Amino acid sequence: MVEKRGTGLWLTHLGLIVGIAFIFFPIWLAFVASTVEQHDIVRPPMPLLPGDKFFENYARALTSGINAPVATMLWNSLVMAMGIALGKIAISLLSAFAIVYFRFPGRQLFFWLIFLTLMLPVEVRIVPTYEVIANFGMLNSYQGLILPLIASATATFLFRQFFMTVPDELAEAARVDGAKPMRFFFDILLPMSRTNIAALFVILFIYGWNQYLWPLLITTEPEMNTIVMGIKQMFPSGDDFAHWPTIMATSILAMVPPVIVVIGMQKLFIRGLVESEK
Amino acid sequence: MATVTLENLKKSFGKTEVIQGIDIDIADGEFVVIVGPSGCGKSTLLRMVAGLETATSGEVRIDGKRVNDVEPMDRDIAMVFQNYALYPHMSVFDNMAYGLKIQKVAKPEIAERVQTAAKLLQLEPYLQRKPRELSGGQRQRVAMGRAIVRKPAVFLFDEPLSNLDAKLRVQMRLEIKALQRELGVTSLYVTHDQVEAMTLADRMIVMNAGVADQIGAPLDVYADPATEFVAGFIGSPPTNFIDAALLDGERAGRIGIRPEHVRLAEQGRIEAVVVYAEALGAETLVHLRAGDGQQITVRQESGLAIPTEGQSCGLAWDSAQVMRFDEAGLRQR
Repeated sequence: MVEKRGTGLWLTHLGLIVGIAFIFFPIWLAFVASTVEQHDIVRPPMPLLPGDKFFENYARALTSGINAPVATMLWNSLVMAMGIALGKIAISLLSAFAIVYFRFPGRQLFFWLIFLTLMLPVEVRIVPTYEVIANFGMLNSYQGLILPLIASATATFLFRQFFMTVPDELAEAARVDGAKPMRFFFDILLPMSRTNIAALFVILFIYGWNQYLWPLLITTEPEMNTIVMGIKQMFPSGDDFAHWPTIMATSILAMVPPVIVVIGMQKLFIRGLVESEK
Repeated sequence: MATVTLENLKKSFGKTEVIQGIDIDIADGEFVVIVGPSGCGKSTLLRMVAGLETATSGEVRIDGKRVNDVEPMDRDIAMVFQNYALYPHMSVFDNMAYGLKIQKVAKPEIAERVQTAAKLLQLEPYLQRKPRELSGGQRQRVAMGRAIVRKPAVFLFDEPLSNLDAKLRVQMRLEIKALQRELGVTSLYVTHDQVEAMTLADRMIVMNAGVADQIGAPLDVYADPATEFVAGFIGSPPTNFIDAALLDGERAGRIGIRPEHVRLAEQGRIEAVVVYAEALGAETLVHLRAGDGQQITVRQESGLAIPTEGQSCGLAWDSAQVMRFDEAGLRQR
């Protein structure tokens, strides 16, 4: 570890504080804007201290919003993010298990096919995917939001790498103990992967929560909007004026669940880094 | 309790034949050690008995029943692995109980069996700990415990002591032997350490490149090795080999003579120069180099004079102690 003393220490801290202020200031402004009234925002200078309309603005946003109640959008986002995170983890675990522990024809081929899809971002395949989902009649549905994003090459690859570090003897010991493959998977492999799963969950939840383009394409009814894209939908078209306090309240609300997930999982996350049990 | 029979057991990986036909009848309660250098196929042989590796041809019979196509769990065996293979997220208790849980043994009986095994292995205070909180020797005991609780017909050990330090290895070796005596379970034990093999075995299989060079009681194998390889592998320091051409009155091939059977003499059968001498207390090992560069070791009592380095000595031995081997390394009687 590099040891810093005197000026060096102060400079480092100064750098960090400036950096944090830089990132935090817009969020603070959004928070302030969500606690005042519309005319306070549009008339310069913009206030820098919170007003007294916190409960009023948030209650209005949650219950009625602009196009749809924010509570509904929050729920949609939650379903989508959880569906994507849990689905991706389940599918990746199973496919990594198959690739590492079973010998079947085309095993390498399938692995490389999965790996190949890493190179194709959602945007590249979004039009054909839309076509498929539309033909299945999944527009404006949770399945439509979740299914196209549920497979993950990254997670499969990660679990594959982890499983390959698990000693073969462990699988053999389980076999001698009489565990069938799926029993081994659930009793031994899954508990051993729990810190990896926790880390991935955090990443994938945020990935799912922050999806913008896909929900924008396939949800046309405001009741199915997710919150991240819903914010954009709140901006008026034409000559209507934007109701900034509600929009800002929605922005703040959209930030809360990922923050909760990160803080809540932090302990497990760090334990995963410190603990080395294999 | 059971007998184990291997009949012309062979294993090939692709075109390489790693086990070239092994035959042995292991009696009920017998402790058989498979010993050989790395890569000789000894672990593969054990894994075929365990069912973790399929036999290419030949038969494995446990208690008279052919088990070639039987899954490991149904073979009534228990295995102790080199790196212990304990489940890291389970407590010691759960590690030992796992196999029984799968067999759907009733909970009170599981608890009782684990307790009995833990008592036997002095693991009682550690039952609720995780493997990573245990020392190497304790982990080794847990691995043994996991094998014991299943009350198997056969124990299989795959180099169980090679991850332990030297002192602990000697101690665990004694414990394994005592335990096996007490339980009377037929055991197959793989090791590359010939001392372990000598001390543990009722009978040992000396493997060399996929072939069982010799099968027999440790002292018989030591006293009467069947091949040059066995003579060189079993015994420490190893047997001295001397080209017969250097000696008067010997036919072709090589002769082998154990270090304890050679003595330093004024007039010897062969001349050699002392390279260095190791005084070990009870005995002294004198390392010499013969005329053709051949290394020769003499083991002598500590009371005898220790020659200085660079001194030239004659080496003498009793003709009765000489083992003669032909060009192919087979013993000539």
